[in-house]
Amino acid sequence: MSVLEVRNIEKHFGATRVLEDISFSLEQGQALAIIGSSGSGKTTLLRCLNFLEKPDRGTISVNGDIIFDAGDPDTQKESEVRKKRLHFGMVFQSFNLFPQYTALKNVTLAKELLAQEQPDFKARKKEILAQIQADGEALLERMGLSDRAGHYPSQLSGGQQQRVAIARALALQPDILCFDEPTSALDPELTGEVLKVIRSLAEQKTTMIIVTHEMAFARDVADQVIFMDGGVIVEQGDPRQVIDHPREERTRQFLSRYAQG
Amino acid sequence: MDALPVVIGALNEGFLQTLKLFAVTLLGALPLGLVIAFGTMSRLAPLAHPVQWWLRRRNQRAEAAGQPLRAPGPVALALIRFQPIRLLCRLVVWIIRGTPLMRQLLIIFYIPGYVLEGGSPWPSGEPGRFLAAAAAFIINYACYFSVIYRGGIEGVPRGQQEAGQVLGMTRGQIFRHITLLQMIKRIVPPMSNEIITLVKDTSLARIISFQEVIWAGYAFLKGSHGYSGLLWPLFFTGLYFLVFNGVLTLLFGWVEKKLSYFQ
Repeated sequence: MSVLEVRNIEKHFGATRVLEDISFSLEQGQALAIIGSSGSGKTTLLRCLNFLEKPDRGTISVNGDIIFDAGDPDTQKESEVRKKRLHFGMVFQSFNLFPQYTALKNVTLAKELLAQEQPDFKARKKEILAQIQADGEALLERMGLSDRAGHYPSQLSGGQQQRVAIARALALQPDILCFDEPTSALDPELTGEVLKVIRSLAEQKTTMIIVTHEMAFARDVADQVIFMDGGVIVEQGDPRQVIDHPREERTRQFLSRYAQG
Repeated sequence: MDALPVVIGALNEGFLQTLKLFAVTLLGALPLGLVIAFGTMSRLAPLAHPVQWWLRRRNQRAEAAGQPLRAPGPVALALIRFQPIRLLCRLVVWIIRGTPLMRQLLIIFYIPGYVLEGGSPWPSGEPGRFLAAAAAFIINYACYFSVIYRGGIEGVPRGQQEAGQVLGMTRGQIFRHITLLQMIKRIVPPMSNEIITLVKDTSLARIISFQEVIWAGYAFLKGSHGYSGLLWPLFFTGLYFLVFNGVLTLLFGWVEKKLSYFQ
């Protein structure tokens, strides 16, 4: 059974159709890279998965359960959407760290708030918070940021900020981790450190969807590549096939523009 | 200059009233302004769902009868977009900001007495004048504050809210833990303007004979405490405002500095 099953997603902004008949599935432990030019609908697709946009048509299933069905308002209740979002983690292009909190607090805040909903939170408050704190520190260590735990986002470089954002997304142990052009706001110099972290996540078999412009990276890391253009999936399959030997003319044109830089 | 201690005593007493009105106005208007700010941003459209449901039904019926589908008319679209809370709050803000505060003071103090049976609801004497003045100032300043709050909230990048959403936070948690402090940081400079204006505006309350500091100074011109025709106490009151606003300015500077640890 696939972790994620997306069927016939369609999305309009007013009269503009930005996503059309998007279907794909993702297996446990796989990394999916989505490539395509700006405006092809890649980001909107990720935002649909995270319930930041509501598709006009289609279904989204996680672990076999339909968590969103455009035709069934019962699957769209605000109170339940909040919990369903937790299936997905999201790393934004512009990091979106909370500026008033330290790196560590950025990582632990959401988990602390969720823990308050546990029935035994009051009784075990100290123990629970200490555990969350320790988990947060361990995550930052995995990101190579142990010495930055007490820093505020404005005191960190872009690459460090994005690594904190990755730790923040991992803290809630999502089924699927989504990256929306995680290195597009970074200098080439800082891009490497973030890609290295994502690469190590892939090696640890984290289920991921990565929207990216880094073709070489997508080819190396992804188990599956989707090329989107004009809101549709033009081509999908094995990365070596899609990126090195594209079948479709549109894919070829896109990749050759990339090759020229 | 044997009048000096007498004048200072009277002015101190008046300024205490000024401070009382200032403090009560802040205590009331700061939270009420936030409520109004949320109101002016409300997207609650109670008619959207019924009207959309009715439109769908109409389309289904037309489809079944083989008639062409009609686009929703202007009335239906207006009903879908009807946001009563937002509309009401913006209307109130427009009226309160659009009319003189002095006029509002007079209306709140005098009109209830004419309209209500059993006469004015305000207690007699100075307590009644204070309550009426406080009510007028709270409503007036809450409206100004609401616009500053709204600017502060809307100035927080949308990505902050989205980051909270994808982390499973509720709307309340997002506001309390993410938006609030960033909003406060953004509104300190415009708020300091408004609050300093409030200190000076309290003197408008003498229109309903509230005995604040300028009223006390003016009394020495008209005749009070055995003195009359004294002009200098009236000018002397300016010093009270200047010193108090100096203290406030330092306070706001301190808050701004406190919040400068993040960007």
